[in-house]
Amino acid sequence: MAAKKIEVANLRIAYGAREALKGVTFDVYQNEILAVIGPAQSGKTSLLKALNRTLEGAANARVAGTIKVDGEDTSRVKSVHELRRKIGMVAPLPVGLPLTIYDNVAFAPRMAGLRNKSDLDELVERCLRQSALWDEVRDRLDMLGTKLSGGQQQRLTIARALSHGPEILCLDEFSIAIDPVTTMRIEEALMELRSRITIILVTNLTQQARRLADRTMFLWNGEVIELDRNEVIFSNNPGDRRTYEYVNGIFG
Amino acid sequence: MSAVIESPPPTDVAAKFTKTDFVRKNERRELVARFIFAIMALLMILPLALIVGHLFIRALPVLSFDFLFKVPVHGMRAGGVWPALLGTIYLVLISLAAATPVGVLAAVYLNEYARENWFTRVVNLAVVNLAGVPSIVHALFGLGAFVVFAGIGRSILAASLTLAIMTLPVIIASAKEALAAVPRSFREACWNVGATRWQTIRHVVLPNSVSGILTGVILQVSRTAGETAPVMFTGAVFYKAIKEGDIFAYGLFDQCMALSMHLFTVSTQVPDVPDALPYGTAVVLLATVLAVNALAIAFRVYLRSRKKW
Repeated sequence: MAAKKIEVANLRIAYGAREALKGVTFDVYQNEILAVIGPAQSGKTSLLKALNRTLEGAANARVAGTIKVDGEDTSRVKSVHELRRKIGMVAPLPVGLPLTIYDNVAFAPRMAGLRNKSDLDELVERCLRQSALWDEVRDRLDMLGTKLSGGQQQRLTIARALSHGPEILCLDEFSIAIDPVTTMRIEEALMELRSRITIILVTNLTQQARRLADRTMFLWNGEVIELDRNEVIFSNNPGDRRTYEYVNGIFG
Repeated sequence: MSAVIESPPPTDVAAKFTKTDFVRKNERRELVARFIFAIMALLMILPLALIVGHLFIRALPVLSFDFLFKVPVHGMRAGGVWPALLGTIYLVLISLAAATPVGVLAAVYLNEYARENWFTRVVNLAVVNLAGVPSIVHALFGLGAFVVFAGIGRSILAASLTLAIMTLPVIIASAKEALAAVPRSFREACWNVGATRWQTIRHVVLPNSVSGILTGVILQVSRTAGETAPVMFTGAVFYKAIKEGDIFAYGLFDQCMALSMHLFTVSTQVPDVPDALPYGTAVVLLATVLAVNALAIAFRVYLRSRKKW
């Protein structure tokens, strides 16, 4: 088995009195695509937010347990900003920053101190190519990112998430607001990226998890019901009956 | 044999377009509602138009270019309002220069950094309550704090600082509102790519809220220009001769005249002032305020046209 990229141990997250995650433990391996499936309110988004420590900004959220990235405890890293640059995040609804397309992608590298114009140009082009957006926007990089269509904005968000050279890419239901054709294009882009980075794919579409992932984790009610290779999860007899029922749409 | 196609039963086309009683009733009500709302809107404009019209007509005899740029003569009974106009401009500019940075930075702290706790609750409570304190109380505070305690003496500086204290809560409140109008998702997107809070504020939040912040600030101009009590206690004087047309005639520690106080003086303190003179002063004060408000509106329209989402 490949090296462990992320180790989550006994992670608990609570919002006030409501527990979103009730102590989950799992590992993510280097260069794999791990899909996380599960119904709404099962703690998927909270999990991602805990990973890059943006959950700390939420008013009443409490986190317990440990998350290690590359063997280093995220709560003890020297710079939380460096940790966040290591992890690319793509939100369910595309958020184009109110900047030009170019500046949207160049934002993170600039904030990290990159100033050289030709380096930035090269980086912006590479990220936009990786997110399958370059051909559509190459002639209008100075247009506002917020003026792009929903699907284009989502790809812009992916380009931005790639712009700070992450080793881990987290996608939170990225296809919720975009059409199937665009979804397929992004999925192809992800298949290409997997050779270099580790991908965590939170999705409501079990078929998407089946298509893309190496392993799939079924979260339900804040607990890991099952985490195994796709061949097992999507087979006729996965380890837990509930997994079979959820995957085949007879859950409830 | 061809099949017999039954023609649809004849319909009265006109009947489809005649209004039923129900529709007519609704339309009548709609008309009445619309009429009432329009009347109320008109009623709002009416006093303003009457006041401005009345002032302007009564002031007409004295209004001239000289009225703006001459000093008062004959014991305030003739001449212009130049020292008062210049004094008001000084007071407004200096007070806003003092209040804006403090107010905006405080608003940024409260909206972007502070968490909901007892400290921020106290500050927010203070802001709300300070905004409701009558100006005469601010005047006494300014007299005590700046003129006497700080030893600045009655001066433009003391008066401006008093006015600044008075406008501060409103500036904080409006700036906070402008900052809160920037969607939270923008901030989260920035944090997700490793930007610090300050980078996020500097590059995304502030550029997108600056129009709202500035509007709030500029609207305070009319309030500062109009207040009489605070400047009367802390730095404005009955009469001060300055060089005509010299815009640097006042120093920071000089006392000055102010339009609001001048209006009070010529209408109540000096006997035998020609009728038109107080009206002329009022028109100059009103015109200054309206001009600044118009500027604020134009600026807001300009900035809003550049809004990026």
